[in-house]
Amino acid sequence: MNHRCMFAGFGGQGILSMGSLLASSGMMAGLHTTFYPAYGIAMRGGNANCTVIVSDDEVASPVVSHPDLMVVMNETSFDFFQSWTAPGGWMFVNSSMTEKPVERNDVRPVYVQATRIATEVGDSRMANMAMLGAVIKVTGILPFDTVLTAMVKTCPAKILHLLEKNKQVFANGYAAL
Amino acid sequence: MSERVLLRGNDAIGEAAIRAGCDCYFGYPITPQNELTAYMARHMPELGRIFIQAESEIAAINMVYGASAAGARAMTSSSGPGISLKQEGISFLVGAELPALIVNICRGGPGLGNIAPSQADYFQACKGGGHGDYRMVVYAPATVQEAADLTVKAFDVADRYRNPVLLLGDAILGQMMEPVEIRPYAPNRPEKPWAVGGKRQGRAPNLINSLSLEEGVVEEWNWKFKAKFDAMRREEGMVEKVNTEDADLILVAYGTTSRICRAVMKRARAQGLKVGLVRPVTVWPFPYAVLRETARKTREFLVVEMSLGQMIEDVKLSVLDHAAIHFHGRPGGGIPTEGDILEIIEHVLVRRRTGTVTTRGSVIDWTIS
Repeated sequence: MNHRCMFAGFGGQGILSMGSLLASSGMMAGLHTTFYPAYGIAMRGGNANCTVIVSDDEVASPVVSHPDLMVVMNETSFDFFQSWTAPGGWMFVNSSMTEKPVERNDVRPVYVQATRIATEVGDSRMANMAMLGAVIKVTGILPFDTVLTAMVKTCPAKILHLLEKNKQVFANGYAAL
Repeated sequence: MSERVLLRGNDAIGEAAIRAGCDCYFGYPITPQNELTAYMARHMPELGRIFIQAESEIAAINMVYGASAAGARAMTSSSGPGISLKQEGISFLVGAELPALIVNICRGGPGLGNIAPSQADYFQACKGGGHGDYRMVVYAPATVQEAADLTVKAFDVADRYRNPVLLLGDAILGQMMEPVEIRPYAPNRPEKPWAVGGKRQGRAPNLINSLSLEEGVVEEWNWKFKAKFDAMRREEGMVEKVNTEDADLILVAYGTTSRICRAVMKRARAQGLKVGLVRPVTVWPFPYAVLRETARKTREFLVVEMSLGQMIEDVKLSVLDHAAIHFHGRPGGGIPTEGDILEIIEHVLVRRRTGTVTTRGSVIDWTIS
């Protein structure tokens, strides 16, 4: 098992949060993992992305050129990163933010109404957790409960009051597919 | 009990320094090492230790000089341009025989460059970026765990030799998060009878100084320093060898680049190409003898760096004319890709070609010397 994942969207969508939650979950499951963010010039509304590797073997290179699991949360990222996805890989698209279909026939597209799922529970900013739920369900990288436990354990104190809603959104994203 | 936690490289270095008994941290912000300064700002005062955001990098390194002279475990950190500003201070630390830890999370240069990963500060780190005839141990960790472990070790080594130690990382190491076991650590702190901590019981005054105009004195100091540098060469070198025994081609790389090369090695082996890896963990002292030894059996070496070729000069000094040395480097924040390195290996081992490779419409820079 060696999953090379990339998460992309705009700053404020929780791109780095979903990546680091996956990495934390992998660590808690006893797997090898690395998380590498695009850093330094990130800002709300700008482009954000990160790469996460989850593997049962030691992670050799933390640098991912062609992820086999691509998650794009907005249209800009969709346009930019579509060609990066490795042939045969998954491409998860937040279809609340773009209506464009995946144009490649050598990747497996999955469309998730992530922002809509989050908004139904209360806040569009939780779309990242809806998407992560869907990713977990479809790919089976890690068990549902492992990610949920990691979410509880890593939730920053200042957003503790939003934890229950995030768990709900994660579960709804998982159930949506 | 130690626990595995997911830590960013910069934070792991900070936490390791604290556990190693770092008394004083002096820094000035610069990407991509900012999280280290921020980590120390948050945690050093909690422990009643010293954190100062200095007015400049030059001030910070001189604060390190002062704190170390008083017997404290002191450190500073920066990136490329900031480390350049610290060079005078580093030379002074060596001249005054003061231990210290300096961390360089290297970014793309020259000049202000960019904030992308780079290994272009190798010469500056290993060949004396400051003035005078000096050396210092330079660690080049490849994982966050190793960055933490070597940070702890660096403080001990600095104290043992009364000489600064440099930790050389790149932006990927500083920014990425990996599971780390931060081990409990009992600081191994020697007595420092030379420190200027205040005269007690009538002992003679201590003097911390790197200046003497008296004839022959500085030469004498240098001979004494040489004995220390020779001891470091004998005792402190660290290197990792993987699959070198049967290798037809050996990759030589350090830090993050060594991890990219390790992935390439696995892919090459899966294709039946006998590729090995030599990874200097200390880039000074450099593992000349290990490389010389491997060159007895292997005729092809491929050096990969995030620069236009700096460590390759040390590989040449090791291997001399016993093997062909190929080079692939990406400067200014470029990151070598597994695909490009594998392509070069195939050209060398399978197609027996030399020169530049053009593939998939792009040129892979590849030289042979």
